[in-house]
Amino acid sequence: MIYDFFLKITGSNILASIIQSLLPLFIFILPFALFAVWLERKVSAHMQDRLGPMRVGKHGWLQTVADILKLIQKEDIVPNDADKPLFNIAPILVFVGSYAVFAAIPFSGAFIGSNIDLGIIFIIAASGFVVAGILMAGWASNNKYSLLGAMRSAAQIISYEIPTVLVVLTIIMITGTTNLATLSEMQTGHFWNWMIFGGPNFGIAKFIFIPFMIINFIIIYISTLAEVNRTPFDIPEAESELVSGYHTEYSGMKFAMFFLAEYANMFAVSAIVTALFFGGYQSPIGYLGNLFGAHWLIPIEQFIWFTAKGIFFVFVQMWLRWTLPRLRVDQLMAACWKYLIPIAFVNLIIIGLITVL
Amino acid sequence: MMLTEFGKIFVFILVAVFFVVVAVIAAKFVRPKRPTHEKLLTYECGENIIGSPWVKFNIRFYVVALIFLIFDVEVVLLIPWALVYKQFGLEGFLIGAIFLFLLGLGMAYEWRKGDLEWVKPKVIPPALKKEVTAEQVTEEVTA
Repeated sequence: MIYDFFLKITGSNILASIIQSLLPLFIFILPFALFAVWLERKVSAHMQDRLGPMRVGKHGWLQTVADILKLIQKEDIVPNDADKPLFNIAPILVFVGSYAVFAAIPFSGAFIGSNIDLGIIFIIAASGFVVAGILMAGWASNNKYSLLGAMRSAAQIISYEIPTVLVVLTIIMITGTTNLATLSEMQTGHFWNWMIFGGPNFGIAKFIFIPFMIINFIIIYISTLAEVNRTPFDIPEAESELVSGYHTEYSGMKFAMFFLAEYANMFAVSAIVTALFFGGYQSPIGYLGNLFGAHWLIPIEQFIWFTAKGIFFVFVQMWLRWTLPRLRVDQLMAACWKYLIPIAFVNLIIIGLITVL
Repeated sequence: MMLTEFGKIFVFILVAVFFVVVAVIAAKFVRPKRPTHEKLLTYECGENIIGSPWVKFNIRFYVVALIFLIFDVEVVLLIPWALVYKQFGLEGFLIGAIFLFLLGLGMAYEWRKGDLEWVKPKVIPPALKKEVTAEQVTEEVTA
């Protein structure tokens, strides 16, 4: 574990934990956000037969760095009518909500911030922070667009949390654990041990599980998409009707923090889907480290596999953005309450029956 | 001094707060500060602001939050059950199933009552008014 490594070097618990909690931020989220913003622009451009950013760096790969430099220099405007304390706290709350999730994400066998037994439950609870932050931002801005965006966002996020939790519940029922590291270790070996292929137990139940697991995966992917306010569920920041939703009034670094939190969230939900259904950090085909007898290589390989799977799902999110039109608010609520939740319920009961019979 | 796993999470949260505060304050040394009256107005597409946004809000959002609360509490109650029900076999499953059935019943009631519907504006399809001919009028009169 990376924590023990730092503990040995520094000899202090507090210092070791501070260093390890800085790691995901600086070696993961910031580079990832820089890359993902560029990727998003490139993906959208190429899907629309455009080139996208081309000027800064080769094929515009430094464009996001330039954007960040611009955002640092931007004036920080707090409107006179805004509720100033709440206005300033909101970006902190949103970012804390999305960063706390990273504490429990197992990046690799040796790199998990906090190996708590309630991992997946903690992740769902921590992402609830974001709702409070968004609502606070919308309310404090004293802007009609912001408030509408925040209200829609809150209604959407809390509604779609239920199908997510129900799907997580089925996984807990099958595996009997809520610890994400244990869950990832269970899915070791080859890709047919992943939860989407019925889990690690070999038997008849495994093959019966497969169709239900695919339904589960689709439900959780749709609802996590809605939880991070991505198209087709982007009515909270629908730019053609609400300007920019709950962060309309924000500028400069505070806006950058909202943006960073959004991209961190995109990866976080992809990571949850990966950890639950696609073997977490496990390689689908075995490790080079085992092949060459170099065991120190395995955690690095696991990290690369995890990142690759996560980025793949982030790419699918971007892909969907240019494929599907935005849903209307009543369609959005109907999709959640009338389709996803009943289907998830039936799925839960069937899976429960299979496991006890 | 030992640090528990939750302690590590607390450090994560502190680091996140610290990062945002430092980033916002550090940018203060670079960014300009030239506020004008227009800049500090609330954005409303460049028009003058009309009224306050802090008004009465659609009750639907409140209802959704209430239904969510019920569901979330019940799901939280199901988590311990999901961890141990296999030890009790079919009996253990049935206990959870009864609970789920009650939850489903509540859901069906909400659905039937229309709490899951979102108010839509009534669409009046445009219809052509048929012109009344002279023959029809005479027919109606004779009939």
